[in-house]
Amino acid sequence: MIAKEYIVGLAKKGFRNDGRDFSEYRAPVTVEYGISGKAAEGSAKVTIGDTIVIAGVKVEIGTPYPDTPDKGTIMVNAELTPLSSSEYESGPPTIDSIELARVVDRGIRESHAIDFKKLCITPKEKMWIVCIDIYSINANGNLFDASALAALAALKDAKFPAFDGETIDYKNRTKDGLPLNKLPLACTVWRVGDKLLVDPTRDEELASDARLTIAFTEEDEICAMQKGGERAFSDEEVENIITIASEKAKMLREAL
Amino acid sequence: MSEQKDYDKRIDGRRFDETRPVSAEVGIIKNAVGSAKFTIGKSTALAAVYGPRELHPRFKQNPETGILRCNYNMVAFSGSGNRVRPGPSRRSKEISLVTTQALEPVMDLSEFPKAVVDVFIELIETDAGTRCAGICAASLALADAGFPMKDLVAAVSCGVVGKTPVVDLDYNEEAFEGGSVDIPVAMMPRTGEITLLQLDGTLSKEQFKEALKLAKVGCRQIYDVQKAALKAKYGGAKK
Repeated sequence: MIAKEYIVGLAKKGFRNDGRDFSEYRAPVTVEYGISGKAAEGSAKVTIGDTIVIAGVKVEIGTPYPDTPDKGTIMVNAELTPLSSSEYESGPPTIDSIELARVVDRGIRESHAIDFKKLCITPKEKMWIVCIDIYSINANGNLFDASALAALAALKDAKFPAFDGETIDYKNRTKDGLPLNKLPLACTVWRVGDKLLVDPTRDEELASDARLTIAFTEEDEICAMQKGGERAFSDEEVENIITIASEKAKMLREAL
Repeated sequence: MSEQKDYDKRIDGRRFDETRPVSAEVGIIKNAVGSAKFTIGKSTALAAVYGPRELHPRFKQNPETGILRCNYNMVAFSGSGNRVRPGPSRRSKEISLVTTQALEPVMDLSEFPKAVVDVFIELIETDAGTRCAGICAASLALADAGFPMKDLVAAVSCGVVGKTPVVDLDYNEEAFEGGSVDIPVAMMPRTGEITLLQLDGTLSKEQFKEALKLAKVGCRQIYDVQKAALKAKYGGAKK
């Protein structure tokens, strides 16, 4: 691990320890579809530099919630696996994994990326539940952006299984994709020292005192935000972050 | 014994002594001390090794030697049926135990008293034979980490489908209506010693012996793939 003071000092002088610009993602940014093609309805693997995340989609049948009887729903779960870093341990979900899952969930839910009405099979009786599970495979920073991208890629990859009105036949997949309207992507901007940067390594994350995740639709509309870290942002910083994140979300979109 | 039906041709067209396609790669997870990916048919295991590191709680420490600890987990979307609920189950805990025991005979952690070496195994796609795939991946990850090992451990299931002994059953064969017996086997290929042996089903002693022979042949083929994966990263003695 590289000392926090070193990274902050370097940032103040205008540098990152791996030589990147503050607005530069690690290469390559890649998306691979169907990594669990036989098992999952949809799946994908995302790499951003040496950070690797996988996501998969399974669908289930459930009963619509009383307040939304004509809608289906989604469920997002994230696991920071001990396989991916010595920082993570086996056990119940940590607050970090819960926050990660909820930020990805909001990006999808609040952008209306999926038409929840089309996930309803019979009002008040049957709905599709789209379960998205995200796993870190090699965690070296920027899990927010990698996870949002992986979740979306897995949704794009997914096909409904055959359903006879009673039971799901998981072995027979239809040609029908999920009712995807929009493709929201998230970019997180971090402050290190007095600088704003994207795609931090884990060492840079540990040296950061504030971050802001913003999800954008392909029309460049904001559809979710999450501020993190123990320090505050100024208005000016928030504006700058929106500009940076909007541009970088477009770059990430090209990997889809 | 349940009535056994004929199984004269494998559903996916393999020979009775033929495993599904096998591939392996080491060094896939940079954060880990050692790591590997192992695929057999449509079952894929990832394994990562961390440690040696201090074992907590301390009463579990052994002052004589380091301890190996394997953890087997299926990711939520890895099954072709319902979503698998995240978190440990009785099944995954038992498999973690037998996986650890399948690997312990090749390990010598006496250099690392009081420490633990953790192996985390994640199954990202499953079509039967997952504990064996996990053991193959874990063994490669430990070798990639550079621990002293007597041998690699190779594992494959064998069994009987209908009345026919076969190697490396997939889901369709495990679910064969004429009955099936699943026997996961792990071994140290150089000596042929067995480090994992479980059996699920009913069969004759002769069928068992025949199936075990097939598993040994399968393990040796897998061993070649494992060695090739290590040579691909580290090079090897040229013939």
